[in-house]
Amino acid sequence: MRKFAAAFGRFWYDFIVGDSMVLAIGSPAVLGFGFLFARSNEAWAAQILLPVAVVVTLLISLPLRGD
Amino acid sequence: MTGTLILVGSAFLASTVEMVEALTIVLAVGLTHNWRTALTGVVAALLALAAVVGVLGPSLVHYVPIDDLRIFVGLLLVIFGLQWIRKAILRASGLKAMHDEELIFERELAELEAIPAAGGVLDWTGFVVSFKGVFLEGLEVAFIVLTFGANSGRFGPALTGAGLAVVLVGVVGVVVHRPLTRVPENAIKFAVGLALTAFGTFWGGEGIGVEWTLGDVTIPLLALAYGGVAWLVVISLQRRANASLSIQEAG
Repeated sequence: MRKFAAAFGRFWYDFIVGDSMVLAIGSPAVLGFGFLFARSNEAWAAQILLPVAVVVTLLISLPLRGD
Repeated sequence: MTGTLILVGSAFLASTVEMVEALTIVLAVGLTHNWRTALTGVVAALLALAAVVGVLGPSLVHYVPIDDLRIFVGLLLVIFGLQWIRKAILRASGLKAMHDEELIFERELAELEAIPAAGGVLDWTGFVVSFKGVFLEGLEVAFIVLTFGANSGRFGPALTGAGLAVVLVGVVGVVVHRPLTRVPENAIKFAVGLALTAFGTFWGGEGIGVEWTLGDVTIPLLALAYGGVAWLVVISLQRRANASLSIQEAG
């Protein structure tokens, strides 16, 4: 039972963090950013900036500079 | 109609990938221990997964406010989808080894052969390995079914897609009796990652108050845009890998 619980915990760690901590932290940050924009005077721009922020998060998570 | 097809298709493809991985484990248990044990593990895991979806699904829909649900589900879908896209990009550009079902199968066989079978009708070790393999792989599918179903208010399309995948992979597994190595797993993961991220952005956006001018049409457009970026990144990483290979060969 303990082994199963450990495997279940590992599953959720792999699920949320996986290979990239950047995505685990960046994704909620993206929605937080979108939330602020959606309540600003330029709310219409949120529908463009939200996907852009998702793409930026993905790019940051990738080894684009050879690291 | 289009939205329903995308839901069915996404659930089907995601489930196919996970079920192919689960099948490899079940085959290894069946070949090294016994088939009754392997299949009992499969049935128990599928029942457990059905219980997870059956209990959590209606609770999510009835007790969680829709906007909170959209934020939570959108966030998880974006995380999950981006992880799949990232992994697919790294594999397509050669920076990460491709998922090798044959190699995993051989490793599972070697590990299970080292554990002596109990000899009874049901072998406990084999049952646990089979159950765990199907349950843990299936949890990802259950998650997709739950999130798609809860957000769209209809569990039917996602369940249909997942059910079709389970049946298809099961039938092919019975016929072939080998791990399914010809499934283009990376391409499927790429497509599903794009769909999950697009749905996640859309639903998460709705939850935080974003008004999508184009409505549901935004979802395929987001998937296309993310796909375009991912494709450019793969090309760029492949070029860099080739360039560094050329430099190494010249040196």
